[in-house]
Amino acid sequence: MTNHWIDIANSDCILAIGSNPAENHPAAFHWINLAKERGGKLISVDPRFTRTSSRADIYAPMRSGTDIAFINGMINYVIDDIERNPRNYNLTYITEYTDASFLINPGFKGPAELDGLFSGYAGGVNEADNKNRKYDKATWTTQLDEKGIPKRDRTLKDPNCVFQILKRHVARYTPEKVSSITGTPKEVFLEVCRTFAATGASGKAGTILYAMGTTQHTCGAQNIRAYSILQSLLANIGMAGGGINAMRGEANVQGSTDYALLFHILPGYLKMIEDNDTSLEKYLARITPKTSDPLSLNWWSNTPKYVVSMLKAWYGDAAQKDNEFGYNYLPKIETGKNYSHIALFEAMAAGAIKGLSVWGQNVAVGGPNSNLERKALDNLEWLVVTDLWHTETSDFWKRPGVNSANIKTEVFLLPALVSYEKEGSVTNSGRWMQWRYKAVNGPGEAEDDLWMMDKIVLKLKEMYAKEGGPNAEAITKLAWNYGNPASPHAVAKEINGYDLTTGKLMSGFANLKDDGTTSSGCWIYCASYTEDGNMAARRDPTPDPFKVGLYPKWAWAWPVNRRIIYNRASVDLNGEPWDKEHPVIWWKDDKWVGDVPDGGQPPMAVDPTKTKLPFIMKPEGVARLFGAGMADGPLPEHYEPWERPVDNIMSKQQSDPAFWIWRPEEQGAADKFPIVASTYRCSEHWQGGQMTRNLPWLVEMMPEPFAEMSEELAGEKGIANGDKVIVESARGQVKMVALVTKRFKPFQVGGRKVHQVGLIWHWGYIGMSTGDSANCLTPHVGDANTMIPEYKAFLVNVRKA
Amino acid sequence: MADKAILFDATRCTACRGCQAACKQWNENDEGEGEKTTNFGSYENPKDLSPKTWLKMEFRETERAGKVRWLFTRRACMHCTNAACVKVCPNGSLYHNELGFVAYNKDTCTGCGYCHDFCPFQVPRLARTSDLTTQGKMDKCVFCSSPGLDRIAAGLEPACVKTCPPDALEFGDRDKLVAEGRKRVTTLRTKGFGNAYLYGDKELGGLHVMYVLDDSPQAYGLIKDPQIPAAAIAWHDILKPVGWAAVGLTVVGLGLNYVIAREAKMTHDLPGKKEK
Repeated sequence: MTNHWIDIANSDCILAIGSNPAENHPAAFHWINLAKERGGKLISVDPRFTRTSSRADIYAPMRSGTDIAFINGMINYVIDDIERNPRNYNLTYITEYTDASFLINPGFKGPAELDGLFSGYAGGVNEADNKNRKYDKATWTTQLDEKGIPKRDRTLKDPNCVFQILKRHVARYTPEKVSSITGTPKEVFLEVCRTFAATGASGKAGTILYAMGTTQHTCGAQNIRAYSILQSLLANIGMAGGGINAMRGEANVQGSTDYALLFHILPGYLKMIEDNDTSLEKYLARITPKTSDPLSLNWWSNTPKYVVSMLKAWYGDAAQKDNEFGYNYLPKIETGKNYSHIALFEAMAAGAIKGLSVWGQNVAVGGPNSNLERKALDNLEWLVVTDLWHTETSDFWKRPGVNSANIKTEVFLLPALVSYEKEGSVTNSGRWMQWRYKAVNGPGEAEDDLWMMDKIVLKLKEMYAKEGGPNAEAITKLAWNYGNPASPHAVAKEINGYDLTTGKLMSGFANLKDDGTTSSGCWIYCASYTEDGNMAARRDPTPDPFKVGLYPKWAWAWPVNRRIIYNRASVDLNGEPWDKEHPVIWWKDDKWVGDVPDGGQPPMAVDPTKTKLPFIMKPEGVARLFGAGMADGPLPEHYEPWERPVDNIMSKQQSDPAFWIWRPEEQGAADKFPIVASTYRCSEHWQGGQMTRNLPWLVEMMPEPFAEMSEELAGEKGIANGDKVIVESARGQVKMVALVTKRFKPFQVGGRKVHQVGLIWHWGYIGMSTGDSANCLTPHVGDANTMIPEYKAFLVNVRKA
Repeated sequence: MADKAILFDATRCTACRGCQAACKQWNENDEGEGEKTTNFGSYENPKDLSPKTWLKMEFRETERAGKVRWLFTRRACMHCTNAACVKVCPNGSLYHNELGFVAYNKDTCTGCGYCHDFCPFQVPRLARTSDLTTQGKMDKCVFCSSPGLDRIAAGLEPACVKTCPPDALEFGDRDKLVAEGRKRVTTLRTKGFGNAYLYGDKELGGLHVMYVLDDSPQAYGLIKDPQIPAAAIAWHDILKPVGWAAVGLTVVGLGLNYVIAREAKMTHDLPGKKEK
């Protein structure tokens, strides 16, 4: 989240899209209800009327996979309204704090000119042509002046300025077009536009709450790009009650991302090392952004300090200047190679991966194309599953339809402790690191994760020292000393880091160095555990000076306890808050008051020489409307999902031009599978179900998987509420209970009726409650930028069982 | 001591059913694998209250002029001031405690089932094997004040209230909650909810579970103007004072009463079509 949970209560308008907080983030409603009682509006955009919709002021139905058309239509409405009613918008924010005024390379062309594509595309429209489905971004560049600073037209009139390019791009998304793509009734769509656009006024703030309904698409990252464009034009970034807020699905999923759960990053969002990075110097040169603009703070220019301090934390005395601080101990990935979830399971299916450790995850239920992924597990020589229960993954060899005798995999199940049985920290969606304590002892031989990891690594060190192995020093040289038993405090201190010359804990990342005299395991957490103590354990409810719910002494938020990031954009050029009722920071008596400011320099008009641009994490210092870093286009463009019920009415290009396809032969066509399907969760169960399908209170409340469908579809198929139905895709079929409801309606798309069903996926074949997982139907295709699987829009057919 | 109450605000509820799970867990109604249920085409389950399910959330779908609504209602003991169950309980096992709740003494409960049959809301439940023979004892919401599990005496709020994430449930002095409820209803009316209503303010002499509704009670499956069945009044105010001196008469009365009760049950089923 740019903001945090409490801050939702400050919002004038909450747009819940790609999310269903009442269902999946119930605690969010404490704050949503508060916002509503203070006069805020709640908009729910969802293919079906949900528990969230039941509380919403406006419900807008939208066909799965058409978010970009919806949001681009909203951007079109806003740009049109900005030109007609400029007083209703914050034009200073747009011209000074975003790249709207930047001039783009005149050679750049967009989908309006190139029938759905941006300039530089190599692949044509052939979806099967995987190799060439990518862009040469040579024209996606900003014009620079002789000093290397972006050229700007602050009148926003130049045809090559980002504002004009964006305007031309979204002008094609008229309300009629949006309605015919998304199936949202035009009047409802316009009501959403009017209501949310009202937060564009200076002093008003709207927030977007999103979750997996946004990300799990072939164009998931572009969906979020669309939100950031809308929120930047409405001057909602940095504001209390504003921002773009990803509600994370698990108590510590933010933390796990921060510590580099994903393959493309190292802790603290440092870019992963690739095979071409043959030296530390080369690596740092590649990943450290540069700017020529003296007004840009370009915080990432500090990257070398964070990398070297991380290496010092990992390798201690073995990390010295003459061995590049142990840089070459680290494994490197092949440039351009994909190591995401689907890619790993494809490699496993092909027999290339021999061993797997699954830690607190139930891939046999949660992975896409589950039948395929379960079968891939058969190829393993060994599997380690760390969990609270037997899961579908640990017991994959017992799944229905297989002969266990034919599966040779050796399986180890390590019983783990649940959160209440161990001590440590979790980081919530709002970036708060919160310390938790052990409440009760765990059962039997269950141990905490740190205990297990410590024992495993110590044994590995011993074995590598004795037996050697490829790149053995990566393990043998590790500085690994957390006590016996390993202490979470020792780990937390290492993450914070030390001044190695004094032995004292670092007070913050501003003092980290690239000469080997400091350490920090994850630079964004530097300042979380200092000589003043464990900041995450703080429980002081003293409010912030403006009483906007920051509670700066409660726990600790990365970075540097900043509760709302990009907060320098919440003030005008003189440092006065745009919203004086909900100030985040305020320049008073030559200093900033309130939240920890995003860069402590004076406001732009107060001291134009010492000031810095507000978006300090971008080398250009402003918010990006034009996102040249994206794989599939600098502006979001609507394409149909890989499996589409109708052809794309925006252009000849049917699907995202750069998303990942693994099994083209498994694509379902609309003649055989005419119904759109989306998978989702319910309040009563959680993820792969291992924690909830074994609890009687939850199982009796939600005993079986179900398929939600409209009365119209049920009528056409002769299905009665409560009947058992077969839902089938090109990958497989599942049996579920039909939940026939008024809350789903067919969509009018391109003049014809398109049905959608919703499928719950938490189930499997192990535990107190069993049933089919909807993921037996989902495809092996992934987002162009993140490779996240497409769980939310694919095609099925339905019949009575 | 001032009467306590729970205020359920249907306009805040998201039907996460944390209350339902917490109720079962705190009151130790969760032995084994819980109630065996199947999905009957609904988010709702178990299907009904039972001796082991004292609180459940009900889901109702409505559609008016193309506008779909999904309404969530709490279903549990209302803890009435004029409580039919207390009136008809033959041996005083059911009674009002000092906080205004309807409490009961399970040791003396004979399992006669009158409380169930006369309750306008059909809340008390017994483990029955047939319509004519009864088994086991009556059970229902006890406001988290069972001996050994008494949250109220310990200064805590009931488990359902404690767990509610969107603050749809509040616990406190009844008169304060009545005032708060009336205020919220007034606000709802100014926002255009003309049928907004505080259920339990006046019903049955005042309920100890009150509902802030943005629509009529019927829309939420609640009985408009609930009454104590006449037979219960007859039993309590006419037959019972005769006392144990007229045991024979009482036995006849019981039999008579039971027949009346069965009739009454058939005629005052809850109105409003529940989600199938």
